[in-house]
Amino acid sequence: MSTETSTATATATTAPRTEPAATLLRVENLHTVFEKDDGVVHAVNDVSFDVRRGEVLAIVGESGSGKSITAMSLLRLIPSPPGQIIGGRVLFDGQDLLDLPDDAIRQLRGRDISMIFQEPMTSLNPSLRIGRQLAEPLRVHGSVPKDKVRERCIELLRQVRIGDPEKRLDAYPHELSGGMRQRVMIAMGLACLPRLIIADEPTTALDVTVQAQILELLRDITRASQSSMMLITHDLGVVARYADRINVMYAGRIVERGTAHDIFHRPRHPYTVGLMESMPRLNDAIGNRLTPIPGSPPDLSDPPSGCPFHPRCRFAQPRCKQERPPLERLDEEHWKACWVNLDDTH
Amino acid sequence: MGFYVLRRLLALIPTLFIASVIAFTVVRLVPGDVLDLMLSENVYSSGAPEDRAQLEQALGLDKPLYQQYLHWAGDALQGDLGESLWRNTPVTGEIAARLDVTLELGILALLIALAIGLPIGIFAAVRQETLGDHIGRTFSILALAMPNFWLGTLVVILPALWWGWSPPNELVPFFENPLENLKTFLLPSLILGTSLSAVIMRMTRTMMLEVLRQDYIRTAWAKGLRERRVVLMHAVKNAMIPVITLVGILVPILFGGTVIIEQIFRLPGLGQLLLEAVSTRDYPVITGVFLVTGVVVMLVNLLVDLCYGYLDPKVRYDR
Repeated sequence: MSTETSTATATATTAPRTEPAATLLRVENLHTVFEKDDGVVHAVNDVSFDVRRGEVLAIVGESGSGKSITAMSLLRLIPSPPGQIIGGRVLFDGQDLLDLPDDAIRQLRGRDISMIFQEPMTSLNPSLRIGRQLAEPLRVHGSVPKDKVRERCIELLRQVRIGDPEKRLDAYPHELSGGMRQRVMIAMGLACLPRLIIADEPTTALDVTVQAQILELLRDITRASQSSMMLITHDLGVVARYADRINVMYAGRIVERGTAHDIFHRPRHPYTVGLMESMPRLNDAIGNRLTPIPGSPPDLSDPPSGCPFHPRCRFAQPRCKQERPPLERLDEEHWKACWVNLDDTH
Repeated sequence: MGFYVLRRLLALIPTLFIASVIAFTVVRLVPGDVLDLMLSENVYSSGAPEDRAQLEQALGLDKPLYQQYLHWAGDALQGDLGESLWRNTPVTGEIAARLDVTLELGILALLIALAIGLPIGIFAAVRQETLGDHIGRTFSILALAMPNFWLGTLVVILPALWWGWSPPNELVPFFENPLENLKTFLLPSLILGTSLSAVIMRMTRTMMLEVLRQDYIRTAWAKGLRERRVVLMHAVKNAMIPVITLVGILVPILFGGTVIIEQIFRLPGLGQLLLEAVSTRDYPVITGVFLVTGVVVMLVNLLVDLCYGYLDPKVRYDR
């Protein structure tokens, strides 16, 4: 098994002795459920991962895999009822965010950890001017003296490359294009110089050309400010170019984790393999068909027995129906939860 | 904006015309004839057909309806709504003397309805499925279920029976003694306002629940805002549009309520005037009251439309 590493952060180890320096956020056994009429949905089930300082960590999965719920659980933004975090720890700087008093977590939101949501069309308040919404995190956290707020807002808009920022402050969201609105969302997320930015599908609703601009902007800014980013997406193309490490989620669980290189070149979970095959690549021969993963994600209020992926898995063995595979370490950075031993020739 | 208002005001003219035609003709189609009433009340009348024809001519009711209308409309354009058939007093003056009472009652009732309905509705939505929500919803069901006239009658009768207290009888003009004036209006407007507040509360709660689920509310939480700011700053403004629309719809209903409440509390308002005029078939008075309330309702709805522009920046008035 090769230990070659193509990304800078992959040289950092997860060994406990280096952890204080390297780890910004550590999630342990997070478990979030939703009470529905027809039962309890385990949207996030026993999920553990960490985010290191300065890295871009991706969480990849189909819609309904629990990736957005995971992100929202970290800041306790799960609407409750019906949602509830029933277990686990979220350690940020050694503090368990799930244990903090309401007021303390509130002060952390937007200041130390900020979120950039998908759907720029609906994530801005339609009846408030951009300037007002942009200034809010600055005012509420007192990051900037009051008389400097406007100045800082203009600077933020300039930073996300919005032209004519003075004028844009007075605009309403509907007067901006989708790409511009997403830039405003990013500016809002960056306002208080957070140490962790959680970007939930930041480009899904945008044109392809705009997508690349936005992602590059996000990467440049997080690099410049040395903050970490959690990038949540279903788009492997996005992940390939911007992530250092990748967690693949399926049915509320992490099924594979590794460096971007591991995941793309040596996927070891059949689901990851399926994702790769369903993604178009530039060097594919013309006429090569994409192979979709058959079936659809399981109903999480009634998950399959054993490995949640086994009904869709072409490598499934009898054992997969009965026992759920644990997330096991393959090497320094590479983990998988699967009974089948795939090699590069699958 | 100014142009928009002007255009809307001009658009009132055809509406007003149709309203006036309806107001004018419908009252004359009501069964029971003012001539019969007058003749039966006049002890000196012999009941002879000549008397009747004479009276009809004297009141100008012998001409064809369209002629009567044109005559009336011509005068109405100059602010003259004719004369009461019974008292020979100008209708315009009668309405002017009573309009302020009804307006004050209506405005106070609306303010009370909003002051009760909005906070309870907002609170019930923010604390959905808690005790407070259930209490608020129970209150609204009760308020919806209790008719104005029943509540009003109880409020007048019970204190009189128990403590020998009855609502003030004499109406002091507001600008003479605001406190005494408000004392008179307190109970009637409270009763009217309570029943309206139930509808406003339910609409507010529903809309707030809808808005609180929106993505931008999640964004507001993620910024680290306090609950009060999320609710009052980000949610309420967006939830208000249907509530304001509702207020526009409630105004005619409110006027219907004043007719009954004015009667119970003996307030000399338009409602009382209307009720009296209907029972005596005093056509010009009825038509006049209809017309004036029609204008008020239309103006309120214009105001409602202008509120949209404040609440929703997407509404533009320049086209």
